[in-house]
Amino acid sequence: MAKPLGKLHEEKVFKDPVHRYIHVRDELIWRLIGTREFQRLRRIRQLGTTYLTFHGAEHSRFSHSLGVYEITRRIIDIFQEKQTWDPEQRLLVLSAALLHDVGHGPFSHSFEKVFGVDHEEFSRDIILGDTEVNSVLLQMGEDFPKQVAEVIAKTHPDKLIVSLISSQIDADRMDYLLRDAYFTGVSYGNFDIERILRVMRPTEDGVVIKSSGMHAVEDYIMSRYQMYWQVYFHPVTRSAEVILSKILHRAKELYETGYTFKRELSHFKTLFEGSVSLEDYISLDEGVIHYYFQGWMDEEDPILSDLCIRFIDRKLFKYTEMVSFTDGHLLSAYFQEAGINPKYYLVVDSSSDLPYDFYRPGEKEERLPINLLKPNGEIRELSRESDVVEAISGKRRTDHKLYFPMDLIEGIKDESLKTKIKEILHK
Amino acid sequence: MFEDHLKVVTLIQEAGEVIGRKKLQKMVYIAKKLNFPFQEKYQFHFYGPYSEELTLKIEELCNMGYIHEVKEKVSGYSQYRYAVNEEGQKLLSTYGAEIELLGDCVRSMNEQSSRFLELVSTIMYFDKFDADEIKEKVQTVKAKQKYTEEEMDEAFAYISNLKNRVQ
Repeated sequence: MAKPLGKLHEEKVFKDPVHRYIHVRDELIWRLIGTREFQRLRRIRQLGTTYLTFHGAEHSRFSHSLGVYEITRRIIDIFQEKQTWDPEQRLLVLSAALLHDVGHGPFSHSFEKVFGVDHEEFSRDIILGDTEVNSVLLQMGEDFPKQVAEVIAKTHPDKLIVSLISSQIDADRMDYLLRDAYFTGVSYGNFDIERILRVMRPTEDGVVIKSSGMHAVEDYIMSRYQMYWQVYFHPVTRSAEVILSKILHRAKELYETGYTFKRELSHFKTLFEGSVSLEDYISLDEGVIHYYFQGWMDEEDPILSDLCIRFIDRKLFKYTEMVSFTDGHLLSAYFQEAGINPKYYLVVDSSSDLPYDFYRPGEKEERLPINLLKPNGEIRELSRESDVVEAISGKRRTDHKLYFPMDLIEGIKDESLKTKIKEILHK
Repeated sequence: MFEDHLKVVTLIQEAGEVIGRKKLQKMVYIAKKLNFPFQEKYQFHFYGPYSEELTLKIEELCNMGYIHEVKEKVSGYSQYRYAVNEEGQKLLSTYGAEIELLGDCVRSMNEQSSRFLELVSTIMYFDKFDADEIKEKVQTVKAKQKYTEEEMDEAFAYISNLKNRVQ
């Protein structure tokens, strides 16, 4: 085996609008950033279709991944002085932080739903398979890639290092809230990250926060709450996502029924056939997807062509609040009668968020709480100390919308049918 | 447009009544792994595979008045029971479609304990590994549950049994 990678001759820095600088001192990290699998993240937007609502949201998963790495690096610098921190874990955590999203594909959410692929499985495959990332990680030891994969999959036995990357207050969330707020231009995603980092303390079961830092954490929780409803679940972004997903469904259905596409389907073929290899997956990025969508605008199939025009030219679906099951089925029948295929043009989309939840003693819930460390050494769960957090704890907020093409409805010649459809939509 | 919601209602109907959110989560996950047509995305959480999407769907179905949720206190902690109510029955008879072979598997799973289904679903989550590696993973990620060798063998046998039922 080659000699384990050590320190760089001199520190490298990346200029970053959120953290000012990303500092790289380890050869391992520098080499990982240079791999083709990591560089591919430059070509995948962090927020998928959000750029169609917030035009600034063009930032990539590459910059987010560097940001998560940088936050983790800063946390570890603070932890190095603490007895509960094992310095040998440093490169493991930093590698996992950097690579936590390496398996994401273009428009992951829709791709995963339509083609049954899973970005977490691809993250594991990229880390453990025959890739540049794997060959760099292997230089740290035969078991090292497996350990990195386990931290990302949350199945590593060391709860502390898992919690740095996946918990209710972790480096991933802290970076994406700040970065997404910066690039979308909204003002509500900000919180005092420097303060939070300074009050984080390592314990065997995960990170705790010194109680003097509680107000900074309150601000972080509220930022998260605001960002989900103002940015991530924006109804216009969801409209674009609905259309994107229907394009993929339609193209897959056409392929399965023997339709002849004008353009060679080299990138999509294995996805349609459910036999996508790691190399096929790595070759996908948003540029490739846009290339196909632009080509499909000229396809003979009117549904595929229409949906692609809507996506590329931003002629999105309109939306209304969710209708009942009965009205939904009535609408489907009316759409069918009007010659509008409800399978592609009548779509329910639901969003839901739980801004913070706590682990109630004795209850079998899934989330680990944020714990505060009191000056006397006592550990107290955040919502028991903070009235602000208590007010939103465990409260799920949901939003259901029905998406439809208003322009096609307006074009229905049968006035009575059009009226019946509009009556349901405007109830 | 509500096909995925209907599948969840169908599963609960086949079970009769499901006691515990965790149990319901694991039943849908195991059914999905047996190739029944459930679309909910699962991730590995502290109690094994968990789907936020399923949590959302169940809440929607309760809000829409098709699923009856009862919260009760059992030896100090809260427990939830789920059953399809009268409106849900009507919904299934109007729009529902039978999912072949699902009922038999679901009723069998419902007879198992939540702890056992947590083990079964965790084993299925790691199905890319060989049996010894899976056992090692279970002992690592589920150390607090202290599953015995016998329980794990029983879980492997149970998975084979379920797979035979759907063949």
